[in-house]
Amino acid sequence: MSKFITVMMHTYRSKIKSKPFLITTLITIALLFVVTNMNEITKMFGEEEASKVGVIDKTGNTLPALQAQLEQAGDDLKAEAYTKSEGDAEKAVIDGKLDGLLILDKDASGIVTAVYKAEDVTQQSLITDIEMALQHIKNKSAAESIGLNQEQLAAIYLPVSFEKESLSTTAKSEEEAEQVYILVYVVLFFMYMSVMMYGSMIAVEVATEKSSRVMEILISSVSPVTQMFGKIFGIVLIALTQLVLFIGGGFAAVKLNENLSGSESIIQELKLNEIPISLMVYALVFFILGFFLYATLFAMMGSLISRVEEVNNLMTPVVIVIVAAFMIAMYGRENPESGFVAAASYFPLFTPMLMLLRVGMLSLPVWEVALGIGVLIAAIGLFAVIGARVYRGGVLMYGNAPSLKLFKQALLLSKQEKKNTTEL
Amino acid sequence: MLQIKDVRKQFGTFTAVDGLNLEIPRGEIFGLLGANGAGKTTTFRMILGLLTPTQGTITWDHKEISYQTSDLVGYLPEERGLYPKLTVKEQLIYLGQLRGMSRSLIQEQTDKWLKRFGAEEYLNKKVESLSKGNQQKIQFIAAVIHRPELLILDEPFSGLDPVNVELLKNAVHELKKEGTTIVFSSHRMEHVEELCQHLCIMHRGKSVVQGNLKEIKRSFGKKNVLVKADFDLTYLKDTNGVLKHRMTADGISLQVEREEVAHSLFQAVQSKGFVRKFELEEPSLNDIFIEKVGVVHE
Repeated sequence: MSKFITVMMHTYRSKIKSKPFLITTLITIALLFVVTNMNEITKMFGEEEASKVGVIDKTGNTLPALQAQLEQAGDDLKAEAYTKSEGDAEKAVIDGKLDGLLILDKDASGIVTAVYKAEDVTQQSLITDIEMALQHIKNKSAAESIGLNQEQLAAIYLPVSFEKESLSTTAKSEEEAEQVYILVYVVLFFMYMSVMMYGSMIAVEVATEKSSRVMEILISSVSPVTQMFGKIFGIVLIALTQLVLFIGGGFAAVKLNENLSGSESIIQELKLNEIPISLMVYALVFFILGFFLYATLFAMMGSLISRVEEVNNLMTPVVIVIVAAFMIAMYGRENPESGFVAAASYFPLFTPMLMLLRVGMLSLPVWEVALGIGVLIAAIGLFAVIGARVYRGGVLMYGNAPSLKLFKQALLLSKQEKKNTTEL
Repeated sequence: MLQIKDVRKQFGTFTAVDGLNLEIPRGEIFGLLGANGAGKTTTFRMILGLLTPTQGTITWDHKEISYQTSDLVGYLPEERGLYPKLTVKEQLIYLGQLRGMSRSLIQEQTDKWLKRFGAEEYLNKKVESLSKGNQQKIQFIAAVIHRPELLILDEPFSGLDPVNVELLKNAVHELKKEGTTIVFSSHRMEHVEELCQHLCIMHRGKSVVQGNLKEIKRSFGKKNVLVKADFDLTYLKDTNGVLKHRMTADGISLQVEREEVAHSLFQAVQSKGFVRKFELEEPSLNDIFIEKVGVVHE
């Protein structure tokens, strides 16, 4: 046991001090601060100046209504009458004195028409604002011309009241489903990131020991099984450390933003604080189990290669599996009841993501979740046993790129050594 | 006592070690000789428990060697390996802890050994920045830092300069004095002759010669006769019982079947003139090795 801790702490210490770890952690936390405080950061560069649009009003009476409408909508836009010729106005736009030129006119049936001229027409939000204001004015004048008053007009545009209610008492509401989706998305994302980062970390760690040939001394002191799990737990500690730093950093960033802007934080906006605790627990359980599953897989594969450069070859198939899980989760979001998603959620490599999605979106009976967790634990056990055997055989093997043949060879070699694998 | 009983190791259809029997008493230095592929490293790996014999048993003090007893064993592998990115200190602390030592004891022993090898200044240097010779010293320290009862050294002197070989040899002698049982393999016959009382020559997985060094030499029968004289000695090669001869700068070296042949050689030269040197030598280990293994080695 004490040797297990020695291996674990050695892995932890050597990684926590490593430059890539420090740099990734710092950059991520910095990024968290930047993203959550984006609104404050843009403010630092000064309030955007209100855009100024020159208006040549050939209708004679539309401009005041437009100004009133723009003001009411609270748009950062100033519409001013332009008295000189259209040619002068265009020149002013090109010189940058005006952001745009709006020419208002009436067509044969007396309806307002507009032409907008600007240096380029890419300022989509500005154009939309003007268009909407004009639409509003047009609606109003059209309504007035057929004798409708304000209230009647409002009644026409009032959206229909459409509410969705589930009859089952345990079913999830629309809002809950949305929260679940965000949570699943976050777990999926973390899963992907972790597997990419820590998975290769484990494989690199094993491969380094093999390529520097220190492995022979190591396995003469500690059993490969102890070593493998010592490493995996060491990396898990690293992952937890990083996660705590990220969550702490994220929390601090959100708090900072709340203090600076005084508005609702992103957490409240997304109603993340309303996610049921049970779901949080499930998310954590599935994340940890999933992590172990993939970590064992990587340790096993790391023992099959003899050079660090070969780690990348191993990553590809695993990344494909994770991407597949991601795709199925996307599909499962729209069709959580699908039999395909249900079946896929029992495939161990998909279970962490898909079972969590189903737990959140559907009212699953407890046994299904328990079965999912059971499948996951069984798979971890199986991977660990196979992994330990391959590890034992693999670490004494040097040579070619990983292949199925190599895998079999390692298993065969370790079978003969079976006796010792059980001595933890 | 290290006991290897009827040990056979098979990899598929290839037999790496075949019917090996060895008994190595406590406090001995035992030499394992053999050409490349003779099965030395496989034997070591089986002693360490890294490989399980296909057949037979290996015991240390009548107990099987497993991860429970790994703290009693020290190992210097033929393929040297340390963590290139760790400092000497970090390295030795980690490897020492894995052999069940406490941190303070490791530090004490590290200081002692580094001082002895004149390498104190490397304590906080990364291993990759050390010269090969110094890396080997560190590797040796890693193998002995936990004062193992049984020490296995696979080619300990290969790649070292004569000064460092001497340093390491002295260390080995001292460990023996402290009661450590040492098994080592070497290509260099003179090292084996100098260090071992007992040895075993392996060839293709089998033991071809084994036992006490002096007895091996005596029972080998053949001896060497070295003659130096002021006259031509070439005619001696045709004497009955002379197996091989080699001309030297100022004389001749002859391998003879048995001691009696030397008597007739002596009579043959004494009447011819002044003889500067006439010596009857025990056979060298190298002669025995070549004879038994049938290949020229190094």
